[in-house]
Amino acid sequence: MTDLALQDLPEAPAGHAGPPPVIPEFEIVPRKGLIAAGIAVVAIVVAIAVNKLWPLMFLHVAGGAAWTIIDLFLGMILGPILGSLSVPARIEMTTKLMPKMVIIMPIVVSMTLAAGWQLGVHEGTVLTSYPNHGWVVASFIVVGVMAVLALGLLEPANIAVLFELKKPRPNPANIERLMKRFMYCAGILGLMQIATIVIMTKLASS
Amino acid sequence: MSEDRLPPVTQLAMASLALIVAGGIYLSAHLPRHVPLGPAVGLLAASVLLLAVNIALLARVPDFAWERFFAVGRWALLAYTVIAGLIEYAFLQDHVRGGALIVLTLSLAVFAVHVPTLIGFTVARFDPAGTPGGLESSLPRP
Repeated sequence: MTDLALQDLPEAPAGHAGPPPVIPEFEIVPRKGLIAAGIAVVAIVVAIAVNKLWPLMFLHVAGGAAWTIIDLFLGMILGPILGSLSVPARIEMTTKLMPKMVIIMPIVVSMTLAAGWQLGVHEGTVLTSYPNHGWVVASFIVVGVMAVLALGLLEPANIAVLFELKKPRPNPANIERLMKRFMYCAGILGLMQIATIVIMTKLASS
Repeated sequence: MSEDRLPPVTQLAMASLALIVAGGIYLSAHLPRHVPLGPAVGLLAASVLLLAVNIALLARVPDFAWERFFAVGRWALLAYTVIAGLIEYAFLQDHVRGGALIVLTLSLAVFAVHVPTLIGFTVARFDPAGTPGGLESSLPRP
C-alpha cells in the first residue's frame, strides 16, 4: 500500500538527492492504540479462563471477521484507490493508516487464534473424533501459512516502511522494495482469507 | 548496506517459522490421541538450528546498524512474548502436559525470538551503522 503511495515519488539520483517529500508527523506505534490492545489481551485471558461459549465465540468471530475484512478491504479496495490518489494524499493516508495496522493486526490475529483454539476445545471440534476433522486441520494449515507470511514478511515490511518514512530523507527505492513485498503478501493473504471463509462456513453449517 | 553483504535472514527465519508451525499443526491435528513426538521434536530441532544459524550469520555482518536493530527488536520481543504467553496460557488451561507441552513451549520460544529478530533486521538493514534507535520518538522508555 505504501508502495502505491511512494513509488511515484520523484526519483532522486543515488536515492538521496533532490527535495525530500513532505511527510506529516506520525507515531510508528500509536500509544493510544496500546491501551486498546491491552484491553483486548485482558479480554482474551478472561475468556479463556472462564471458558464459556459466548465470550469465546464473540472474540473468535469478531476477531476473525475483522481479520478477514481488513485483509480483503486493504488488498482489493483500498490499495487500488490509494494508487489513484495524488502523491501527497497517498503519503498522508499511509502515515495515518500504517501505524494503526501495526497495533491492530497482531492483536486481531492473536484474539482470533487464541479464542478459536479454546472454542475448538470447548466444542470438541479440534478433536479427531469430530466428523469434519479434516476441514479443521485444513484451517490449521491455511492459518499456519498465513501466519508465516504475515509474521515473516508483512509485519517487518510494515514497520520498516514506517521507520523509513521517519527519516529526514526517506529513500523511495527502499520503500518501494519493502512495499512490493507487502503488496504481494497482502494479495496472497486475501486469497487465503477466501479459503478461510469457505472452511469456516462449511464448519459452521455442518 | 549493500545487499550482497547481508545473509538470508528473512528466508531462514521464514523457514524456521514454517517448521514450528508444521510441528504445531502435527501435534494439534492428533488431539486427543497420543501422538509420537519424534516428528515434532525433529521439526523443532531444525527450527532451532535455523535460528542459531541466523543469529550467527547476522552477528558476523560488518557495519550493521545494531543500535537500531536492538531498539526495534526489544519492543518487538516484548510484544511477541505477550502473544506467545497468551498461546501458552491457552495450552495450560487445556491441560496440555508432558512432552507435547515442552515441544509447544519451546516452539513458542523460537517464535518469540525469531519474529523480533526478523523485524529488527528488516528495519536495521536500511540504516547506516551507528544509527540510534528510533522508537524512542514513538514509545516511552522501558
